[in-house]
Amino acid sequence: MSDHKPGFFTRWFMSTNHKDIGTLYIIFSITAALFGGWFSMMMRHELGDPGLQLAADGQEWNVWITAHGLIMVFFVVMPGLIGGFGNWFVPLMIGAPDMAFPRLNNISFWLIIPAFALLVGSAFVGPGAGTGWTVYPPLSTKLGHPGMSVDMAIFALHLAGASSILGAANFITTIFNMRAPGMTLHKMPLFVWAMLVTSFLLVLSLPVLGGAITMLLTDRNFGTTFFDPAGGGDPILYQHLFWFFGHPEVYIMILPAFGIVSHIISTFSRKPVFGYLGMAYAMVAIGFVGFIVWAHHMYTSGISVNTQAYFTAATLIIAIPTGVKIFSWIATMWGGSLSFPTPMLWSLGFIFLFTVGGVTGVVLANAGMDTVLHDTYYVVAHFHYVLSLGAVFALFAGFYYWIGKMSGRQYPEWAGKLHFWMTFIGVNLVFFPQHFLGLAGMPRQYVDYPAPLPPEHLQGPLVNPIEKIQWMASQEYGYHLWNYVSTMGAYLSGFAVIVFLLIAFYTIFFGRKVGANYWNAGPESMTFEWTLSSPPPFHQFEIQPKIK
Amino acid sequence: MKKITALFLTLTGALVSVSQAMAAIGVSATPTQLGLTEAATPQMERITWFHNALLMWVITIIVIFVTGLMIWVAIRYNRKANKEASKTTHHVMLEICWTVLPIVILLVIAVPSFKMLYYLDRTENPEMTLKVTGYQWYWGYEYPDYDNLSFESYMIPEDEIDEAAGQKRLLSTDNQVVLPIDTNIQILTTSADVIHAFAMPAFGIKKDAVPGRLNETWINIKKPGVYFGQCSQICGIKHAYMPIEIKAVSKEEFAAWIIEAKEKFANNDKSLHPMQLAVLQGVK
Repeated sequence: MSDHKPGFFTRWFMSTNHKDIGTLYIIFSITAALFGGWFSMMMRHELGDPGLQLAADGQEWNVWITAHGLIMVFFVVMPGLIGGFGNWFVPLMIGAPDMAFPRLNNISFWLIIPAFALLVGSAFVGPGAGTGWTVYPPLSTKLGHPGMSVDMAIFALHLAGASSILGAANFITTIFNMRAPGMTLHKMPLFVWAMLVTSFLLVLSLPVLGGAITMLLTDRNFGTTFFDPAGGGDPILYQHLFWFFGHPEVYIMILPAFGIVSHIISTFSRKPVFGYLGMAYAMVAIGFVGFIVWAHHMYTSGISVNTQAYFTAATLIIAIPTGVKIFSWIATMWGGSLSFPTPMLWSLGFIFLFTVGGVTGVVLANAGMDTVLHDTYYVVAHFHYVLSLGAVFALFAGFYYWIGKMSGRQYPEWAGKLHFWMTFIGVNLVFFPQHFLGLAGMPRQYVDYPAPLPPEHLQGPLVNPIEKIQWMASQEYGYHLWNYVSTMGAYLSGFAVIVFLLIAFYTIFFGRKVGANYWNAGPESMTFEWTLSSPPPFHQFEIQPKIK
Repeated sequence: MKKITALFLTLTGALVSVSQAMAAIGVSATPTQLGLTEAATPQMERITWFHNALLMWVITIIVIFVTGLMIWVAIRYNRKANKEASKTTHHVMLEICWTVLPIVILLVIAVPSFKMLYYLDRTENPEMTLKVTGYQWYWGYEYPDYDNLSFESYMIPEDEIDEAAGQKRLLSTDNQVVLPIDTNIQILTTSADVIHAFAMPAFGIKKDAVPGRLNETWINIKKPGVYFGQCSQICGIKHAYMPIEIKAVSKEEFAAWIIEAKEKFANNDKSLHPMQLAVLQGVK
């Protein structure tokens, strides 16, 4: 007990230690990812063939996609990147002993558990919440969803939102007040910059979501008509409010990923980050512009043509700071002395996938072009390339980069690489063909798609793929072929998840023990976490570190 | 080995058939289609040009460029090839270039994009109007210029699909919407319950049908044929089962159809909700 570690219950259930709370967040995020991932596996299996495979009807399907979206956004990526890695490494990187408000940190975490329970529970109450993650009225009002499921989903978002706002306030205070002497804002590690910008986005955008869903709640239960034209309201108002939150939200998910990737590229290139200030202010610019582009999600909703033109221009501008980041990462590697352990592979994978998702974003930014692509699988492919593959690749990159620091034990290198390649091939198989489906006009959020039903012996995944592909390609119409390829990729990605779980268990219990600076980070990429033991002491920095 | 050859042939066949598929009279997507549906209106022609002749080139070149740089860096600067890392952290000229060059590219995209956007918006002098109303889960159509001719259009259920007659699963409807070619047609969309979206890929249009609002778009169909679209805004349990089927015919045939349709749908009184009507008629 030399380091004042409390007993098991006190330590994990009443925790105020940023590292323990970070660990709880990461465990929670992985658990929620299994739920969200299970929904995606069911969805891909359902779409492997035309006709209904698993879903009883369209409502059940709508409940799946809603749960998948909300879980992945609010309970996997945000807790993983912000709650998990943010909690763990913001204090370590700025040389602080803990977060500014440890008890606030505790309630941030414990609010997210009932939020998750409410959301998962909503799927089992009445017909479930089958609204899509955007919860658009009137489908989400009593008209489209009688019963309590949508109310439960709204409360889930309230709690998750409160949790995130409190967490963000904590990060802002910590970063502004608790940096080691000598660490000016312009010397702060990029991950901390990313967390600072992210926290501001959270504090500014989440209250708007809270307002929108509260108005929805009163529309549903107390006779208000904010979004009901029969009482003078307008459903489009909800869309504006939702996307004023929703667009910053996508940057909330990707900015911490930018931070993590910057550190990993620098460490394994043995070079400082190229254009540090440009990188930091590119994130600030992305965060700022992220607030003034929201209606590009609403091009077809009937907003005026001048509004569409403005949002097209504003949206295209985002490509500029994003381009600065991509090119700066490549310039960081240029002239470096590169090694390619698992975290570096995930980071390179991130850059590639984020570039693909980024350029399709430029296509979608054009309101005229969006006329044919809006609400098709092209959009699904786009946002999964930047989020499912972007943010999630950064989650894995961070996991492999820091698991030695967090647990004191290192993963087996070959297994990490196997996990990477399986995932990389799998997810590209899933999402690249979806561009074709979208260009051909397949709408998203469909439980079934036009295509002739396959003969008995070619149904399901366990058939001769050559024969099946030949049969599908020879049909006159429909979206079967690329959906089948996409589903095959999903099975591969599913196996990759099992590999990851095995690696995680093996590493935590049997992994090789490692020292303080196990990646041999040189002075050019040094951050404070590498000066501490692995795992760091329960209370770190008893002697305050300094930056010269 | 035989299987690999077969797979290769299948894939090659798929690529070849793309061009054929795109050349076929565009109606609905084919399994091997990789690109946009073939245009049947000047709207879609512009969108297709913008995508195929400009955007596809720009994004393909950018992806190849970035990927190429990453591969080059991985080969040239891996630890075996380059033991000593350089200490460079800034290069002002380079940073200016990779900020300014994207701006130029975006301007090249933006100019035709805006032109197209304003062209797609509306037509000054429509020759006729089609009013579309979304319902859970079917579409109602009205022809205000033809004595308010109106009817509903439901998807043909899977077990009643007649493949020999060219009907398509989840696409064919009981009542086709018939429209004349070479006519400026204004399309108005609204909804009676939740939000739906009226989408027709071959025409290059998609407009949300929002309760309490009347949204506008327009088309001018250039090729006769049967075209398919689907509801494109999640609207509940049967979101996937409310397709749109439009038959484009010559103006003469359209005039003949109008007379026929007025007779066929004479009982449709729009002052009644279709559900009330159904109860009165004792059908459906």
